[in-house]
Amino acid sequence: MYNPTVARLTYRALLGRRRALILCGLPVLLIVISIAVRAFTGLDDKVAADLLGGFALATMVPLIGVIAGTGAIGPEIDDGSIVYLLSKPVKRPTIIMTKLIVAIGVTMAFSAIPTLIAGFILNGNGQQIAVAYTVAALVASIAYSALFLLLGTVSRHAVVFGLVYALIWESLFGSLVSGAKTLSVQQWALALAEKVAGEGYVDATVGLPTAVTLLCVVTVGATVYAGQKLRRLTLAGEE
Amino acid sequence: MAPDTSTQIHNIGYRSYDGARLGRAYARKSLFSQSLRGAYGLGRSAKSKVLPMLLFAVMCVPALIIVAVAIAVPGSTSLPIKYTTYALTTQVIIGLYLASQAPQSVSRDLRFKTVPLYFSRPIERVDYVLAKFAAMASALFILTATPLLIMWIGALLAKFDFADQTKGFAQGLVSVLLLSVLFAGLGLIMAALTPRRGFGVAAIIALLLIPYGAVTAVQGIAYNTGSTGPIEWMGLFSPITLIDGVQTAFLGATSAFPGGDGPSAGVGFVYLLVVLGLIAGSYAALMARYRKAGL
Repeated sequence: MYNPTVARLTYRALLGRRRALILCGLPVLLIVISIAVRAFTGLDDKVAADLLGGFALATMVPLIGVIAGTGAIGPEIDDGSIVYLLSKPVKRPTIIMTKLIVAIGVTMAFSAIPTLIAGFILNGNGQQIAVAYTVAALVASIAYSALFLLLGTVSRHAVVFGLVYALIWESLFGSLVSGAKTLSVQQWALALAEKVAGEGYVDATVGLPTAVTLLCVVTVGATVYAGQKLRRLTLAGEE
Repeated sequence: MAPDTSTQIHNIGYRSYDGARLGRAYARKSLFSQSLRGAYGLGRSAKSKVLPMLLFAVMCVPALIIVAVAIAVPGSTSLPIKYTTYALTTQVIIGLYLASQAPQSVSRDLRFKTVPLYFSRPIERVDYVLAKFAAMASALFILTATPLLIMWIGALLAKFDFADQTKGFAQGLVSVLLLSVLFAGLGLIMAALTPRRGFGVAAIIALLLIPYGAVTAVQGIAYNTGSTGPIEWMGLFSPITLIDGVQTAFLGATSAFPGGDGPSAGVGFVYLLVVLGLIAGSYAALMARYRKAGL
């Protein structure tokens, strides 16, 4: 289920040339803000939790997930070069699995590690906040990558739809309609973080069993469906 | 030597063109109108009309609701929100529109190497850049000004004070004009740097929203900890807060900064300078980008 050549190609497509620099922008920004906030307000658990929850988990993880998840397959489908990969004797689900693993790896590297560093800068892992949000970022990376990889195989506007989900559904509808929060990767990840962190610093609206079940269902379902989708892919011409 | 009689020249009726030569201005105008129509999917496939039209509808619906509410509530004398607040509230939609349309406007020409074909016509680099820039800015202006027009017409139908409403409407128009030109410049430069559409979309959204998220987060923390001094300066670091600052200082808008205190007129002048500098900078960067048309 893993093909090193496909992995190497995907990795180069994601991080080759100047793209790694674009991806670095967000984590660097998070760390700069953390240093600034620490210098401004000193050690404060509540501020640390707010910043990690509001910026790291709510903005940075989904955005990197969108870029890595759709970027792992979208551009290849877009310019038609995926046919050269599909014509090789590699199973389509294997291609999806490999690309998913690379996307998860990239998302984790660019979101979870900076979250951990930012957490330590902000309050030195007081109340386990840094670790809690890192766990949340790791889990969210898996689900986001699978979801956005699927979007990449389904639609040519995968990035736009991914962003609509991440920004409008999770943030806007999540704050207006509380039911929308049940269907939000961010909340599922927060449910895990809630277990790790000290009392009262992380609030999740979803229970842990529901969150874990939904996470598994979405990740596995999206991966399987993406594999099926790739088995009979029609290449759309440029409009 | 006898002439070879087996070869003859036939007159197959080629004629020279003697119509009007429409020239550079016409080519520039055509490029502008094609780009503007393309930004709403007109003249393109049905599938590519969906997204821009959907975003346009999403942009207008809240304005209709606002008007309906203002007319339905008895005794109201003004609209529930200001004209200048509208674009700030709907910034995600504007961002998505720009992110979906700016790459289609310039990235495809670069990727399919059609840019040299444009320059084989009597247009210059400056014409191409100006036409694309103006078309994107006009498309954004249509997107942002239409809801304001709906609100203004609604306000007049509800017999609100004419002078007051018109003044607010004019201020709103100036603000969205500035926003359209600024965003078009930023969007086009990001799209022109990445010939692959997907990365262009992500880069534009990232450029618009990440600085905004960061600025609001830091402003919020500064406000909560009581150090309100730097708040008015932090708005300089993201596109939408720049517009917020300019319109708060000069166009009678209410700032969305925490505490509602936008920059004063002096600091607002710095905001205006930064906005104009960014517009000029993105124009210069686009000109530099197209110096070598092949790639």
